[in-house]
Amino acid sequence: MKHLPLILLSAILLSACEREDREYRSNPVTAETEEKIALVPLSAGPSGPTEHRSGLGKEYEENAYHIAQGKKFYVWFNCNGCHANGGGGSGPPLMDDRWFYGGQIENIVQTIREGRPNGMPSFRGKIPDDQIWQIAAYVRSMGRNVPKAAAPGRNDDMHSGPAEQRRPPGEVIDGGQVPPAAQMPQ
Amino acid sequence: MGGARLALVLAVSLTLQPASPILAQPTSSQPAAPHFAMGPEDGQWTIPQKNYASTRYSDLSEINIETVKNLQVAFTFSTGVNKGHESAPLVVGGTMYVLSPYPNILYALDLTQPGAPMKWQYNPKPAAAAQGVACCDVVNRGPTFANGRIFFTTLDAHVVAVNAETGEEVWRTKLGDINRGETMTMAPLVVKDKVIVGISGGEYGVRGWIQALNIEDGTSVWKAYSTGPDQDVKIGPNFKPFYDSDKGADLGVTTWPADAWQQGGGTVWGWLSYDPDLNLLYHGTGNPGPWNPNQRPGDNKWTAGIFARDADTGEARWFYQTAPHDLHDWDNINEMILLDLEWEGRPRKVLVHPGRTGFVYVIDRTTGEVLSAKPFHALTAVTGVDMETGRLQVNSEKEPVNNRVIRDICPTAPGAKDWNPSAFSHKTGLLYIPHMNMCMDWESVEPNYIAGTPYLGAEVRMYPGPGGHMGEFTAWDIKEGKELWTINERFPVWSGTLATAGDVVFYGTMDGWFKAVHARTGEVLWQFKTSSGIIGQPTTYRGPDGKQYVAILSGVGGWAGSIVSGDLDPRDGTAALGFVNAMRELKNVTTKGGTLYVFKLP
Repeated sequence: MKHLPLILLSAILLSACEREDREYRSNPVTAETEEKIALVPLSAGPSGPTEHRSGLGKEYEENAYHIAQGKKFYVWFNCNGCHANGGGGSGPPLMDDRWFYGGQIENIVQTIREGRPNGMPSFRGKIPDDQIWQIAAYVRSMGRNVPKAAAPGRNDDMHSGPAEQRRPPGEVIDGGQVPPAAQMPQ
Repeated sequence: MGGARLALVLAVSLTLQPASPILAQPTSSQPAAPHFAMGPEDGQWTIPQKNYASTRYSDLSEINIETVKNLQVAFTFSTGVNKGHESAPLVVGGTMYVLSPYPNILYALDLTQPGAPMKWQYNPKPAAAAQGVACCDVVNRGPTFANGRIFFTTLDAHVVAVNAETGEEVWRTKLGDINRGETMTMAPLVVKDKVIVGISGGEYGVRGWIQALNIEDGTSVWKAYSTGPDQDVKIGPNFKPFYDSDKGADLGVTTWPADAWQQGGGTVWGWLSYDPDLNLLYHGTGNPGPWNPNQRPGDNKWTAGIFARDADTGEARWFYQTAPHDLHDWDNINEMILLDLEWEGRPRKVLVHPGRTGFVYVIDRTTGEVLSAKPFHALTAVTGVDMETGRLQVNSEKEPVNNRVIRDICPTAPGAKDWNPSAFSHKTGLLYIPHMNMCMDWESVEPNYIAGTPYLGAEVRMYPGPGGHMGEFTAWDIKEGKELWTINERFPVWSGTLATAGDVVFYGTMDGWFKAVHARTGEVLWQFKTSSGIIGQPTTYRGPDGKQYVAILSGVGGWAGSIVSGDLDPRDGTAALGFVNAMRELKNVTTKGGTLYVFKLP
């Protein structure tokens, strides 16, 4: 039993390493994970929508390495040109609690792949699938919908607002898109 | 000694005078509108500029400094759109035309009926995806009327012609591809049998152009690019720029790193003016792409400048670059007001242009010679304009360096003043300039060109300039090159301006006030709080009942107001390309929603 403290210490150290887990083999651009997700809480019948998550999302969004990579790709793929550092611009903000097309990481991955009708381009085939997951994990960190320990600290660039890590834990409110106008059929 | 002191006191009081409200007396030598902008007042407002000289002045005077205090609402109309309303309501005969931002719905209102009920609406149904490549809200700057038709641009880069009586589409032409970031937001100008339009997308690496369409069927008559080989720019033997820096072969290629001109910007999204005597069309070109200047060593011709072109052929006659190798997103698309004035004892035909660089330029519109460039904004990034070479003098300390935050750059990326047009009073001879008072921090970072996504390479955050207010409304003496009076506003003044023969000048504020101001003293004579912030262009007309009316669209948005129209998050100062840092408070004072307001006397 004298090894117990050592075993315990090793267990603690090993579990702390999950934050730093990384895959060394990148997905080919064409491969695509398939998560069974719904966009709405409503479904036919009283049981709620049928969903099945593989657990991949958790792996990405609780991992500091993936989030840090995502932060880099977020700039490389010009996401910041429209969404700024989370506050938005021509695209909606990503640090707030409004998620027109679902705020879970699986929804965000799907939004990046498919695009969305009011201006979000489709990036399918343009970004390797694992990098899409990393970007989505970073986007989740903007509203601090990831563990504090995994969220990025302040970066070296212009201070745009509080660092992701310092933001209070976020909320996700799905939906809320307002149709643009009173259009009449012609 | 006593005499000297008196002289000193006089000198001091004279230099102080411009800041205080004094009565500007018309003199024989004051600037005047050219004859083609005069003519008898017909009581209509058929193009946003009011006339080819772009003076935005009406001879109507029923609403004047005595009566304006009694103005009241005649009718209102909801556009049903929640984005920024930058457009000008037009009046042709007994009908008013109102164009909304995306989805660009054109409404016709019957002014002959009580309450001006809707006659028809025309809905061009632009592609919704175009919203994703419109940098700074999904605005539109107005329709224009000619030959019984209304012409306007749509966000997804179409130009449409609509029968002004029936609302039926006459023709529709697609001129750009949103997949390359090309959109359209400007108000067309009709010259003879051509509809002149240009492309937007300077934040997406779009290669800018201006194009003339056949008024009958929308087919292209000529097209001139803002970058590239001389042939594409329509530079030929008749191109006679005033300054040496604009002379040489294919400068649109050689003043760029290899092939960078193909994503070089210079979009044409602002105001056009036309001189029928010279048959010259005047237009500006936008900022070079990307914003980060370190990516594009060279003068980056022919971006950020003014072209004079033959209106029939599009052939360039002269060019003047207000910002060679633009450092800070200083598009040159602001209004150009064509005036006649006496300069150093000689009558000159001039073009007056309050620019984003912070100077009011007075340029000889026949030759492109800069006669004067006087500052109207606090400046740290620039020091002046060299009158020998015409070149903008920049402060090297404020030049962007990659990955370093440069602080206290004034004016900001939207400039001392952005797109929202000034007005020139034919009566007072003064220019009324709606503008900003802001500074910014700028960090250049390496951009990445991906077609259809932003091409910027800069992090920006803006804040109020000296004094703490962000907006100013200034009466400007063009010949002296100085302000006569200025009204400070809390937020940037992002609305257009209207001058009238009643000596009343109108503008609106982003917190929702529509103001009538004494044209000579700057005294606010009347104001009305509308439902949202105002960024539209006021117009005036004589109704079918013979009375004078004033119209304005309320509905906050645009680049400055996108924090409200786009529901942006105020915690990120770099949001809306850095404008959110300055505009956080706007969310607390106004909400979005487009409404037309029309006022009259009881």
